[in-house]
Amino acid sequence: MIALLLRDLKLSVRAGGGALIGVLFFMTVVAVIPFGVGPDLNLLSRIGPAIVWIGALLSALLGLDRMFQTDREDGSLDLLLMQEHPLVLTVLVKCLAHWLGNGLPLVIASPLLGLFMNMSEVAIGATMLTLLVGTPALTFIGAVGAAVAVVLPRGGLLVSILVLPLAIPVLIFGVSASYAAVEDPAPFMPPFLILVAITMFFAVIGPIGAALALRNSAD
Amino acid sequence: MMRLTAENLSARRGEDLIFKDISFVLDRGESLVLTGRNGSGKSTLLRTVAGLLRPESGRVVWQSESADPGMRAAEACHYLGHRNAMKAEMTVSENLSFWKEFLGDFSGGHGMSVGEAAESVGLGGIVHLPFGYLSAGQQRRMAFAKLLVAWRPVWILDEPTAALDVSAEEVFTGLIKEHLAAGGIALAATHQPLGLENARELRMTGFAGVMEEMW
Repeated sequence: MIALLLRDLKLSVRAGGGALIGVLFFMTVVAVIPFGVGPDLNLLSRIGPAIVWIGALLSALLGLDRMFQTDREDGSLDLLLMQEHPLVLTVLVKCLAHWLGNGLPLVIASPLLGLFMNMSEVAIGATMLTLLVGTPALTFIGAVGAAVAVVLPRGGLLVSILVLPLAIPVLIFGVSASYAAVEDPAPFMPPFLILVAITMFFAVIGPIGAALALRNSAD
Repeated sequence: MMRLTAENLSARRGEDLIFKDISFVLDRGESLVLTGRNGSGKSTLLRTVAGLLRPESGRVVWQSESADPGMRAAEACHYLGHRNAMKAEMTVSENLSFWKEFLGDFSGGHGMSVGEAAESVGLGGIVHLPFGYLSAGQQRRMAFAKLLVAWRPVWILDEPTAALDVSAEEVFTGLIKEHLAAGGIALAATHQPLGLENARELRMTGFAGVMEEMW
């Protein structure tokens, strides 16, 4: 299992891996907002957490379809499916590797993009924390979509559309927790804890669903 | 005692029944060669035995002293398909050591080290190269080396000698013979004769036509 984690991490940083692409796309999306919205610093800092979260969500969706597709293309997926480690565990490890390779870089890049959006230190910290907690949920939800679409040759957009409705609650609670940290009357903990709950829920449901889909994707 | 049993296997692709009621029993040291023209269902049968396709009817059973009764037969199998299951971005030794660790040894045998396995397929000196740099034939040989690094009693080989020169075919045949001599079992689909002695032959005719089993 450690071997699988290390292999997927290696692949994500080597040529053709998605790690850098996701971060670059994230930066592109967030960096163009100030140019589009104009130099109104108050407005930027007000919409900042939402923009950073939307950027992170879109970048996370971008790399999802490759989670099982590359393994299918070269035949590795067949061999992974034949081993009962069990399969749910194999999928969970692949999700973790995918998050470490694609999700964690987004979290690390988010403070820099927070500066672009003229966000306060507290808002930057809160956004980074909510991203750290929320992006794993996106990966776990995405694993199901990626597993369902693995047999389709150009499944990329389809995965995003399949996954988006389930990813919306993550976005809602992530953004509301980030705002609650800076705006006084709203409490921070309730939306944040719901976000934690969503992540833990999908950490269980996601790999099971993805393993089922992979088992039935045989062709 | 080690035995791979297929009972009344049938498989369907879409609406069409590809083959119907195929049964065979393979004991240690035995091999089965599938022949037949393109599209006759050789690969489908192999994928069904490997547990990658759900059979329409029938089942595949693996029996041995150490196996739990409910174990999936696929876990005792190595599957070498049309695709090599190796990552072009990683070096050969990274690929092989990943599979060695991930697959692990099945009870009753031990896999070779990565270096020995590469030596066995005749490509000892190039394990440090990225897999993508190798020629098609070398890639196929390295994919075969994957079978050697982790022990599995059953080898399922789908066109193992595609893209290979004559000397490599001999190397493969030699390795399959060694595997059988060590008490292994092999199933292979092939167009070229593999030169295995006392291999049974199953001629696939496709589309649920007549099947004849010859000795």
